[in-house]
Amino acid sequence: MAIGVGGALGGAGRHAVEVALASPGVTTSFPWPTFVVNVTGALILGVVATLVVERWPPTRYVRPFVGVGLLGGYTTWSAFMTDAALLVRDGRPGLALGYMAATLVAGLAATVAGIGLGRRWPATR
Amino acid sequence: MILAVAVAVAASVGAVARYLVEAALARRTVAAWPVGTFVVNLTGSFALGVLVGLTLDRGVGGSAHAVLGSGFVGAYTTFSTFSYETVRLVERGAYRHAVVNVAVSLLGGLMAAAAGLLLASVVTG
Repeated sequence: MAIGVGGALGGAGRHAVEVALASPGVTTSFPWPTFVVNVTGALILGVVATLVVERWPPTRYVRPFVGVGLLGGYTTWSAFMTDAALLVRDGRPGLALGYMAATLVAGLAATVAGIGLGRRWPATR
Repeated sequence: MILAVAVAVAASVGAVARYLVEAALARRTVAAWPVGTFVVNLTGSFALGVLVGLTLDRGVGGSAHAVLGSGFVGAYTTFSTFSYETVRLVERGAYRHAVVNVAVSLLGGLMAAAAGLLLASVVTG
């Protein structure tokens, strides 16, 4: 249930970003909404997962709610992939490649940064 | 407003579905590979390719896309978990696993999304 509630909030959050940033019907420009949610979500998950696994006392709900539910629901792989596939199909293969590379690099870097931040929390276990 | 609620509900179901798939696979596979995340991301990429091909891409069914595509499939798949698992593989010295995870997830996901778009175009003529 914690996963479900987290998922609902995460999905709603991503939807809000999409509504705010999306260009409906456009498939040939940089997909900012997906990029923004994925990189920010990766950063936050890096922090939270580290806190839950390496710093805080074990809990029953925080990890399923925030990790699996909220951030898993907030970020998305499917939109990332369809964004890229549409870019290729509609004549922007170079942008597709750049988009995938940028998302990967920024996302992985955000995760590393998040883990680093999480590890600065004093260990209580 | 109602759309936002529908998206959130669909997202909660998507997040739970992801959890169930990952839990089922975790029992059956070697822990060295993030198989659960890979499977949800691959299947989700295909599903969203079909959905986008049937709706947004044809300029119809924006609400259906929002709820099923962005809501359910968007929450079903996850970028943050993929990124965190990849970084953890690197931290544990499993560099080859990390590289393969990235390459296979990207290529597989892209092909799945493309296949979904293709299927949608074939179905709709």
